[in-house]
Amino acid sequence: MKYTPIIGLEVHIELNTKTKMFCSCPADHFGKLPNTQTCPVCLGLPGALPFANKEAIDKTIKFGLALGCEISRNSRFYRKNYFYPDLPKGFQTSQLDSPLCVGGELQAKKINHIHLEEDAGKLVHQNGASLVDFNRSSVPLMELVTEPDFHDVESILVFLKEIQLIARYLNISNADMEKGSMRLEANVSLATSEQSTVNSLPDYKVELKNINSFRFLEKAINAEIKRQEEILSNGEKVEQETRGYDEVKQTTYSQRSKADAHDYRYFPEPDLPPISLSELTINNLQFTIPELPQQKRERFEQEYKLPKDYIDILVLDLDRANYFEEAAKLNNNYKLLADLMINKKLDLEFPQAAGFVRKLVELTKVEYANNDEVESVVNLVIMDNEKAVSDYKNGNGNVVGFLIGMVQKRLQGKGNVEVVRSKLLEKIQNG
Amino acid sequence: MNLPLTIKETKAGLLNKKFSAVELVDEYLKNIEANKDLNAFLTVSHEEAYKKAKEIDNNLQDTPLLGVTVAHKDLYLTKGIRTTAASKVLESYIPQYSATVVDRIEKAGGITLGKTNCDAWAHGGSGENSDFGPTKNPWNKTHVPGGSSSGSAVAVAAGLSLVATGTDTGGSIRQPANFCGVVGLKPTYGAVSRYGVIAMASSLDTMGSFGRTVEDVETVFNVIKGSDGYDSTVVDSAFRIPHSKLKIGIPKEYFTDGLDKEVEKSIMEASKVFEKAGVELVPVSLPNTKHAVSVYYIIQPAEVSSNLERYDGIRFGNSREDFGAEAKRRIMLGTYVLSVGYYDAYYLKAQKVRSKLIQDFDLAFEKVDAILAPVAPTAAFELGEKNSDPLKMYLEDIFTVSANLAGIPGLAIPSGFNKQGLPLGFQLLGPRFGENILFELGKIYEKSK
Repeated sequence: MKYTPIIGLEVHIELNTKTKMFCSCPADHFGKLPNTQTCPVCLGLPGALPFANKEAIDKTIKFGLALGCEISRNSRFYRKNYFYPDLPKGFQTSQLDSPLCVGGELQAKKINHIHLEEDAGKLVHQNGASLVDFNRSSVPLMELVTEPDFHDVESILVFLKEIQLIARYLNISNADMEKGSMRLEANVSLATSEQSTVNSLPDYKVELKNINSFRFLEKAINAEIKRQEEILSNGEKVEQETRGYDEVKQTTYSQRSKADAHDYRYFPEPDLPPISLSELTINNLQFTIPELPQQKRERFEQEYKLPKDYIDILVLDLDRANYFEEAAKLNNNYKLLADLMINKKLDLEFPQAAGFVRKLVELTKVEYANNDEVESVVNLVIMDNEKAVSDYKNGNGNVVGFLIGMVQKRLQGKGNVEVVRSKLLEKIQNG
Repeated sequence: MNLPLTIKETKAGLLNKKFSAVELVDEYLKNIEANKDLNAFLTVSHEEAYKKAKEIDNNLQDTPLLGVTVAHKDLYLTKGIRTTAASKVLESYIPQYSATVVDRIEKAGGITLGKTNCDAWAHGGSGENSDFGPTKNPWNKTHVPGGSSSGSAVAVAAGLSLVATGTDTGGSIRQPANFCGVVGLKPTYGAVSRYGVIAMASSLDTMGSFGRTVEDVETVFNVIKGSDGYDSTVVDSAFRIPHSKLKIGIPKEYFTDGLDKEVEKSIMEASKVFEKAGVELVPVSLPNTKHAVSVYYIIQPAEVSSNLERYDGIRFGNSREDFGAEAKRRIMLGTYVLSVGYYDAYYLKAQKVRSKLIQDFDLAFEKVDAILAPVAPTAAFELGEKNSDPLKMYLEDIFTVSANLAGIPGLAIPSGFNKQGLPLGFQLLGPRFGENILFELGKIYEKSK
């Protein structure tokens, strides 16, 4: 191809806060009966005022810190004015200058900024009528804007999946594209080889909107690249506009031309005082950032020496990664543990990692430990457990079970119980 | 019966069983009915008033506003009682919730009599912009009562309610109080919650009240002030401590050619009253005063244009076609100054000059405890006199808008009458959260004049 795709992303992520961005209605709106989670504030009734949700601000800052952003010491909200039936106030409370997080980087792709805003309601078209559901209105929404650093769809997918994973690790959102808690817009243009050599950007960009799944993302961007390529190859200019993706026709279509572009008439939201963040606040949030996916991958590699594809799969699910680590504390056959989890999904059958490890020992039908091994471990256990041994001698037969357990622990479950028992009794009686 | 003239008299009469709350409501409603031609009320809430009065009679408690009748400007949301902002757009709007101020007054024992007329959306300084007809000045019905809180000022002046609420975005409490001869307080921005009051210009709107005496306005202020968890601009601030010898500043920029001679004379007389009472008079300068109206008519329409966007007729109210001429004018002005390419030149510039104005006041209040100034260039003008010329009407705000831009409190106090028999008065401006100083000075004036 004689053109280089130049792509920047705008990623919207709904935060999983307890309440909405500016009122105390529940933020979890998915699958709820329409308009059951509303109040004067999120309905934009006369006289209603916003009150900013601290949890949402904190979670956005955490996301920014995880991506190496600079946190703005002085941030504030802006009004973004436009009319749409799902926008009850006639403006969206968002951010413009000094957003919460500035800069940052992931996978060598630069982040321009991350800001915090509120979601709009949802339009439902049925039986010839358009209905508005305001349950989603004012749910906290984070927007991450990247620099135009992407040149192929593959790296976009990898980037987005990592963003999704980071959001999940931070427990700030499930970032589910299918449920709409993660949404994507891509700004696509093509640079000629001359532009690419001098590192200059094309003088237009096409904004692709409403991309609701990773699958469509790939198709939509590729379709748009193809479209622009054809136009440029014919010596024509690509128009700056907003386009949507038609999943049936598998093509993009024009939604709004440059001439119809909104003038949002941004101005600082007078109803919300500026946010000033102290060094201490930011540091305290920094302390709450857990091990991130990439750090975990690197540690799993060092600590467990697992194959890369195994690590990737385990790290993709924080619960599973934790489960693996619990199992790894009980059994050092890490590769086998991972293998049984990934290829046999054995972890799904055992809610406790300990059960899984027992099963693993049984499954692998490891040869029982040989007599010498058993004998030396039995000796050790008897030495370490004088009290239990003397209890036994004083007629408490129950302690045998305990002592067998201690031997098995040291043998990592590989002892033949009958052999262990007879060795133990023999040693105690002779000792 | 003779209606009590103050909150104290009302409470004492009820607690000593001189009269009942129901009898009070009877009397006020009779007055409202008899003065219908003033067009002060848009909605009278008979049923709710009697319900509350009976509650009070059945369980007399010494609460701060026991049995105090109150009329709310029709910008204050009242649950279950129609709230229109005096606009056809909200002609039949019945709110699902009440404003914080309304709730607090009711909890303190206040009785809501109804909703008062005003300039639609609080846009205006004469009361003539109401979509439901102008309010008349009770002292002379061919004159305006001032605005935008026209009906509230008239209600108190004409004895239709003991106190009334208003909103002051650019003088909308102080100017009608001045034109009608009652006391009116514009509190510090951030002293009283705006929650549940239809917004005009969010960075300028303040919630205050009208009364017959400074003490009554103070009592209401003490009930309604303080944070409520809904308006994040509200601060629970401590009082200002005044100089040991009180000092009042006289700003030379407020005594200009445009000021009516009788108005000027009455203010000079008021200053003498203060001087006699032992208050020191100090000349001060507020050099940026001349820019105040220009700054105000950029910031205010900008915020208005955004605040009126929600009235799209989708969830409640009538369609946008029902907006009146003044609202449309401000929507267009505001939209223009916020547009790409004009924002920096107008809105941002205006905000910068606003900071200068704030500095002027900060400097002045280092020297003095309060500033004495006229409220309006003239006494109440005639109905129709300025209505056809918006610019002339905007200049009415010349002495009031600075306080809103600076977020400082202002107390309008009546001082007498002009030769035509129309009320005259003045305003005291104080430092932020200096309401206590204004009340102290106001009471000194009332006692000494």
